Amino acid sequence: MSDIKDIIKEENLVYKKTKVLTDNVMHYCPGCSHGVVHKLIAEVIEEMGIQEKTIGISPVGCSVLAYNYLDIDWQEAAHGRAPALATAVNRLYPEKYVFTYQGDGDLASIGTAEIIHACNRGENIVVFFINNAIYGMTGGQMAPTTLPGMPTSTSPYGRDVKTTGQPLVITELIAQLPGTNYVTRQAVHTPAAVRKCKKAIRKAFENIGQKKGTSFIEVVATCNSGWKLNPVKSNEWMVENMFPVYKPGDLKDE
Amino acid sequence: MAKVKGAIKVDVEKCKGCGLCVVACPSKVIDLAREVNGKGYNYAYMANPDACIGCANCAIVCPDSVIEVYKVKAEMA
Repeated sequence: MSDIKDIIKEENLVYKKTKVLTDNVMHYCPGCSHGVVHKLIAEVIEEMGIQEKTIGISPVGCSVLAYNYLDIDWQEAAHGRAPALATAVNRLYPEKYVFTYQGDGDLASIGTAEIIHACNRGENIVVFFINNAIYGMTGGQMAPTTLPGMPTSTSPYGRDVKTTGQPLVITELIAQLPGTNYVTRQAVHTPAAVRKCKKAIRKAFENIGQKKGTSFIEVVATCNSGWKLNPVKSNEWMVENMFPVYKPGDLKDE
Repeated sequence: MAKVKGAIKVDVEKCKGCGLCVVACPSKVIDLAREVNGKGYNYAYMANPDACIGCANCAIVCPDSVIEVYKVKAEMA
């Protein structure tokens, strides 16, 4: 039997952190889905060799500091206005790969107008929508995407649908707009789901190169701090409760 | 008969001990250490190194990209 020291050698390496990710320690909580999605975006950028041609638009929310972790060009948008900023960047630099990275508080709440109109105009961008059904950064308040009956810090007895409405399934709305080309909902809770999500991200970035219009990728994510669960339990809770409302799969692929 | 043997290297100081790699591992190689790193997290380590097949599932689900995976084809005795 070979010793571990004999296995850990440069020539036997099968997986390591991509160079597009910086060496900064991420500020996210342990087990946060943001880290996985950052990594997948970085890996796709490295595989496609578009590091010099990619411009990211970071939102307001937990991922506001995404520019510290991906070694590409970034712009920081006002709250919810990432699609508007991406429109401007894309029109000034049509040959660049422009993407926005937004959470559900940013995209589905304050930025609803911007995302609907950017997708309706069919801007040639990729939109990443990280949906964890809660405002993670500010302390776990109720978001438009919060599930009925789900307790949050501003709905301690659970979301009351009589006064606050049903969860906003924004991806289904987006899929109806003619400007969008590829609309999908993914998750990153298992190795298989992560691989699938990476394929979707790759496809979305390739769509930019072919000038096909807006690609929209929702990632159903966890917020273990906001949900008051541990990372492993959060993933189980997500499969049990989030997936019936936010069903993973392709909604539109033209 | 050739058998695939793997090993992982965890960046102990960057690991946040979330435990997602522990459940992602198909051959139950990884566990969280009793000791903690500089930030007070129980970091991941190879508790059962002989079972590792180098599938890289742990590294793929790791949110902080702290796991490197190595793999060799070893001859079975």
